Amino acid sequence: MISSRTLSTAGQYLFLSVMAFLSIFPFIWMMISSTNTSVQIMGGKVSLGSAFATNVTNFFTLVDVPLVFWNSAKVAILATVLTIVVSSFAGYGFEMFKSKWRDRIYSLILITLMVPFAALMIPLFMMMGRAGLINTHIAIMLPSIASAFIIFYFRQSTKAFPTELRDAAKVDGLKEWQIFLYIYVPVMRSTYAAAFVIVFMTNWNNYLWPLIVLQSNETKTITLVVSSLASAYYPDFGVVMIGTILATLPTLAIFFAMQRQFVQGMLGSVK
Amino acid sequence: MATARTGGLKRYYDVNGWLFIAPSILLIGIFLIYPIFRSLYLSAFTGKGMMLKFGGFANIVRLWNDPVFLHALSNTIIFFVVQVPIMIVLALLLASVLNNDRLKFIGFFRTAIFLPCVASLVAYSVLFKSMFAADGVVNSALMAIGLASGPIGWLTEPFWAKVLVILAITWRWTGYNMIFYLAALQNIDRSIYEAARIDGVPAWARFIYITIPMLKPVILFTTIISTIGTIQLFDEVYNLTEGRGSPANSTLTLSLYIYNVTFRYMPSYGYAATMSYVIVLMVALLSFLQFYAARDRS
Repeated sequence: MISSRTLSTAGQYLFLSVMAFLSIFPFIWMMISSTNTSVQIMGGKVSLGSAFATNVTNFFTLVDVPLVFWNSAKVAILATVLTIVVSSFAGYGFEMFKSKWRDRIYSLILITLMVPFAALMIPLFMMMGRAGLINTHIAIMLPSIASAFIIFYFRQSTKAFPTELRDAAKVDGLKEWQIFLYIYVPVMRSTYAAAFVIVFMTNWNNYLWPLIVLQSNETKTITLVVSSLASAYYPDFGVVMIGTILATLPTLAIFFAMQRQFVQGMLGSVK
Repeated sequence: MATARTGGLKRYYDVNGWLFIAPSILLIGIFLIYPIFRSLYLSAFTGKGMMLKFGGFANIVRLWNDPVFLHALSNTIIFFVVQVPIMIVLALLLASVLNNDRLKFIGFFRTAIFLPCVASLVAYSVLFKSMFAADGVVNSALMAIGLASGPIGWLTEPFWAKVLVILAITWRWTGYNMIFYLAALQNIDRSIYEAARIDGVPAWARFIYITIPMLKPVILFTTIISTIGTIQLFDEVYNLTEGRGSPANSTLTLSLYIYNVTFRYMPSYGYAATMSYVIVLMVALLSFLQFYAARDRS
């Protein structure tokens, strides 16, 4: 006799296996396809082929890979660091200091979470045009630095920060910025790690705003390049696959490198 | 602590507090609040490119009589109504199963199911386009196991194109929502579940009567975030259809149409700004309804 407990465990494994397969398959498909020709990919070939070297060569001929990578890395890393600095300041400020006006401003910031980017992009584009920033990386980064979501995330996580530490430091004569820098930042490092993963991915993968602002090939990021290769009249999907691999590798690497801290940080934010 | 602040000390604290939040207030003011009002102002103007003239409600009248806009609006609503509930339920189920530490390989399953969130929206849209091609791997697989008698026109038939978009966003975002649930579940005291188990409460009832009520605030949060995301849908449809929302506008979303009206056709900023306010209103209304539905009745 199979007990209902065993049956339900088997059911859970089956459910998880199917979902895990569906989740991973597109990544496997991406890697297999990078070794096949465009015709083979569109024909659904699921075995390794021999076109990998050709695809890589073609990709490197079509695309100035170091430049595109440098553009993406520069934008993503700078924007991420600035976002985290500004948002953790705000998270600390909103949670540690209480006043009527600050709470009102915080509510207003939370409401802006609901404003869709479509409602901003036309005025933002006109602003950047007037400031002469079209086709620059500064224009890409500026609107993304103050992120209502990350401010919210930092404030939620700060609730778990032991205030006794702050009080003790104050008794020891530390200034507020010293408390922040020497006590808060080290204590909250898993929160910072999780924020880094989320913000870096968002910036690295950002598409719509760069699509609007970046117009020359010298400034384009990898997501724009992959998209334009794939929307050609006769896209070479072998080459496109090399692009998707290169576009995905950095976020994949960062996720795996910081997985443990990421999960810890997420746990902290919902307490 | 707060009660102890008085006089000069209070002022000192206040200055510090304002300094910490000043950079974000400044940036949000310039790059979020100002554009929102600017958009509203623009929506009262008509004309092409920079040749704007005051038009009052002309843009709203134009919206009403624009079949393409109405098509984009209805597509956006369909994506939202169908996709968000599917994803939330799936994410909840996955989280509650993945919360069971007794299962083997749990770390592997958690990582595998979260992995799609790492993919860029552009990269996976391109991958899906090749997987769902007429002779592609998905159609071959479906035909091999007998689920389809012939190739399905994922990219050529209006109905299936919508299904493809829904499948794509579900693939990308379910794991993301699941992480929030999993994090919340890890914070629930295990003894509540143990007590229910000893009392003979079956697993499904524990899920409905313990897990879901405990997760209500997180569910509300993820539902609102997902609603906003789905209503703003752009990257996927742009890259699956080369920016056209094809076939026959069946995957044209509001964001894609606004982009086309602003940057692809003759630029019509005022009209595009008016359409963007439709999205603002939809998001506001839906978020309000979700808050309302989730409020505590006790």
